[in-house]
Amino acid sequence: MNNDPRTNYWLRKRLGRRAIVKAGAALAVTPALASLAAACGGDDDEPSATPGSSGSSSGDTIKVGILHSLSGTMAVSEVAVRDADLMAIEEINAAGGVLGKKLEPKVEDGASDWPTFAEKAKKLIQSDKVAVTFGCWTSASRKAVLPVFESNKALLYYPVQYEGLESSPYIFYTGATTNQQIVPSVEYLLQEGKKNFFLVGSDYVFPRTANKIIKAQLGASGGNVIAEEYTPLGHTEYATLIAKIKSSNADVIYNTLNGDSNVAFFKQLRDAGIKASDLTTMSVSIAEEEAAAIGGDVMEGHLVAWNYFQTVKTPENEKFVPAYHAFTEKSGKKRPTSDPVEAAYISVHLWAMAVEKAGTTDVEKVKEAMANLQFAAPEGMVKVHPTNHHISKTVRIGRIRSDALIDEIWATPGPVEPDPYLETYPWGAEFAKEKKA
Amino acid sequence: MDIWLQQLFNGLSLGSILLLVAIGLAFSFGLMNVINMAHGEMIMIGAYCAYLTENLVGSGGADIAFLLALPLAFAVAGAVGMALEVTLIRRLYGRPLDTLLATWGVSLVLQQLARSIFGAPNVQVTTPSWLQGGIAVTGAFTMPYIRLFIIGMVLVAILLVWLYLTRTAAGRRTRATMQNREIAAALGVRTPRVDMLTFGLGSGLAGLAGCALALIGPIGPSLGTYYIVDSFLVVILGGIGQVVGTAIAALAIGGANALLEFQLSASVAKVLVFALVIAFLQWRPAGIIARRAAR
Repeated sequence: MNNDPRTNYWLRKRLGRRAIVKAGAALAVTPALASLAAACGGDDDEPSATPGSSGSSSGDTIKVGILHSLSGTMAVSEVAVRDADLMAIEEINAAGGVLGKKLEPKVEDGASDWPTFAEKAKKLIQSDKVAVTFGCWTSASRKAVLPVFESNKALLYYPVQYEGLESSPYIFYTGATTNQQIVPSVEYLLQEGKKNFFLVGSDYVFPRTANKIIKAQLGASGGNVIAEEYTPLGHTEYATLIAKIKSSNADVIYNTLNGDSNVAFFKQLRDAGIKASDLTTMSVSIAEEEAAAIGGDVMEGHLVAWNYFQTVKTPENEKFVPAYHAFTEKSGKKRPTSDPVEAAYISVHLWAMAVEKAGTTDVEKVKEAMANLQFAAPEGMVKVHPTNHHISKTVRIGRIRSDALIDEIWATPGPVEPDPYLETYPWGAEFAKEKKA
Repeated sequence: MDIWLQQLFNGLSLGSILLLVAIGLAFSFGLMNVINMAHGEMIMIGAYCAYLTENLVGSGGADIAFLLALPLAFAVAGAVGMALEVTLIRRLYGRPLDTLLATWGVSLVLQQLARSIFGAPNVQVTTPSWLQGGIAVTGAFTMPYIRLFIIGMVLVAILLVWLYLTRTAAGRRTRATMQNREIAAALGVRTPRVDMLTFGLGSGLAGLAGCALALIGPIGPSLGTYYIVDSFLVVILGGIGQVVGTAIAALAIGGANALLEFQLSASVAKVLVFALVIAFLQWRPAGIIARRAAR
């Protein structure tokens, strides 16, 4: 570890021999401790793949950052997205790389902890000098890294549907904004004759913002909000809430619960004797993997809104699904594809296309090249918006099957243009105001 | 009216789960003055036992797998608890703050271990067919079989614990140690053995709770963290080391949660319950039932 002869000389002079023996023993123990801490999911630095090289496009490789929670509560979801990033990178490298250079992923663990995300983002940008970072899942982690990317003028690609009302010049959003998921799903429910909405959500920014939008939309289109209920993150006791639902005259539950709460909610809903055929639920945070973890028998028949399902029928998806299955099987566990997985896959390809188009990894040039870029994604054709950094996406409503995959039951005729501030909706005036702020 | 019956039932159900978790904490707290932060992970171990049993028995045997899982969860969680007591807690005796930190570390290690063994995503167990559905008393009042089963299981478990403490020689030794460790030791009670057994019993009960929770909630590495705070609240409100006090406190907190949540919302109910407990402790700092033994 510390074999510099000068240091040894200094030590000998200052501390004498006995101290050196002790210090040496301590140093010998340190790596063992470090690896133990890493095994325990501590948040120290993951060892980099190749120490020593520097500069984003020096040598034969271009370094790209991947920043996801690989430990902690969010690991469930984010590991799947990391695999999608790595698979896209592997595909691009197999096809000759970008600008004739191979992409070299630098993976960092955000550890489900928002300050850690900010710290790791800084490390990727400043010491690894990555050309771009793909990462984050929760809005809280994105909000934590946003100032880091903006102040360093570095690029982040964010692959998850979120609550909208944001458009950072240094972030590209490849997941849905509200008008590509929530707004159309509410329209669909209204078309189906559902008028009385019971809003259930976890108590944090995404559900609260989503419900604010749903309330404005329902107010303008003749629907009613019967009740709006929030439970703390990690809440697992839903008997009371279900009693409230039963005693209300709601004909649809709009569900923005997140994480483990969904498991408890749907299991207890079934125990209370409420089946999907009795009361419609629409969820926006349950994709294939979450449905499988809750149990297909519990989730069967419930509705979800996304842009992509594993069962989507496009030529691109016919190649994407088996490729992702094979890729994840190599690392131990075959995972289903899902909306965020597909959005992450899109993000890497879009960035690579933009770099090829710009002829450089320079951030400002890549940003210019991104505008109007099109990509034949597994969900269908997507197109980058010229100004707001989001992409157009097809909106789909699906019904969960007993094997936890999702069947499409409704879709928009084509991709929907992103509108993060809901400026094109007459009832969206109060949200459009936030753009100036 | 129906809805109030329903909420009383929901409160009873929540209270019974809290009781099963808190009783072990009450033991370790009362007996050894140990704040065991890893107690929640015993719940997690119990839940994963349910998952493992189902996988071993095979998907066709979900009905009996759950019955096999209950004793297994008790045994495994109990064994882990005893191992924890012997290897760690015993060595930190009389240093409550150190124990707090050390057991919190153990809790993190166990969570990460579960993540490495079973993977980060949640796993699931199939509800046995004889626990699916419920009794519809009236239109708005249903008693799911799972909830009834859990309440029944807790009643039996608490009855057995009570019989153990009051009717057996080992239980008598436990109570003696709890009341005055030095005198008990002087009279020939092997207090280290009592500590180990009691700790194991408390952990085993938490494992049993985990097994039951596997049917109504998520099974994941962080399952224990969702229950640990409420359980501590129960122990403190009930009076440290008091079985009867713990039982009353568990039902009170379960009931208060259910009724307040119905009137208000889940987040507000949680805050109010905390506030009520704090106010109560201002009035009776030792909890519902105070320890009478000489200190």
